[in-house]
Amino acid sequence: MEIKIAQDLFENEAKLADANKERMKQRGLMAVNIMGTPGAGKTAIIKNTARLLKIPMSVIEGDPASSIDTDLLKTIGIPAYQINTEGICHLEAKMVAKALDEFEVPPRSILFIENVGNLICTASYPLGEALRIVVVGASEGDDKPFKYPDIFQTANAVILNKMDLQAAVDFNLERFYKGIQSLHNKLPVFEVSCKTGKGMESWVNWLAVQVATFWAR
Amino acid sequence: MHEMSLTEKIYRLVLTEAKAHGAERVTKITISIGELSGVAADSVEFYFRMLAKGTMAQDAILEFNRVSARLFCIYCEKEFNKVARDFFCPDCGNLGRLTAKGQECTIESIEVD
Repeated sequence: MEIKIAQDLFENEAKLADANKERMKQRGLMAVNIMGTPGAGKTAIIKNTARLLKIPMSVIEGDPASSIDTDLLKTIGIPAYQINTEGICHLEAKMVAKALDEFEVPPRSILFIENVGNLICTASYPLGEALRIVVVGASEGDDKPFKYPDIFQTANAVILNKMDLQAAVDFNLERFYKGIQSLHNKLPVFEVSCKTGKGMESWVNWLAVQVATFWAR
Repeated sequence: MHEMSLTEKIYRLVLTEAKAHGAERVTKITISIGELSGVAADSVEFYFRMLAKGTMAQDAILEFNRVSARLFCIYCEKEFNKVARDFFCPDCGNLGRLTAKGQECTIESIEVD
């Protein structure tokens, strides 16, 4: 006897993410899923954003091991909660749900969810975020949109960090933008340097507008 | 990638469905895997054999259908079939966007006694 099932195994992730999304929306939390390569500057971006944007923010940190990022953020007064995935290469909606059970996040604030450094799997696991930001560093090469189209096509904005290294690593901006523009008609790309601070204002201003829009809904 | 937890889901779903229909044995499981899903069929097979040992599904044949990816070019405004190692639109050469087709891992059906 044949039994038809037709069940997509990835569907449940979307359902769990939607549950998170609703839960965070009820509390006025604008969740920002920050993805990117290991070492691209995800934590640095959060750190510098907190310095420039006077809106309450908290961070859920995802790493396979250690609490390095969480400790750093707490040292500078940013509430942070560490998820150790114990080797899993991405955050999942159910991990974020558990974090939300345990982490007191003040209502009407920004909740950065710093994902595990990974350009592949993180793209496939929605967490319930309002914004998806991809951070890449100039030192990683200008071909990333061509090699990892999935994560770039689902992004709301890209932060191109370490622009202070552009010349030293022969980063070809035109090629990078060609890849991005193949995937999107209009995608904000913020060329920044966390080290020098250059370009951070544009990013922070854009983020402020997104937050205001989110709370206005 | 992530085949262990995926196969656990497959295993649980198959057993639930089989039991719900009063079956004694699961003889076949048909699964569609998108070429861009990152799922390796032989890893699923490997984990399934481990999980199903001694259960009603232990002798089930796993049949995998590979689903080709469809990409979408935002400039030509049309879908195209992905060819090996190439994500570029055959008409204008721009990088194509992924669509849902080619990223799935779907349990299509099971056969039981």
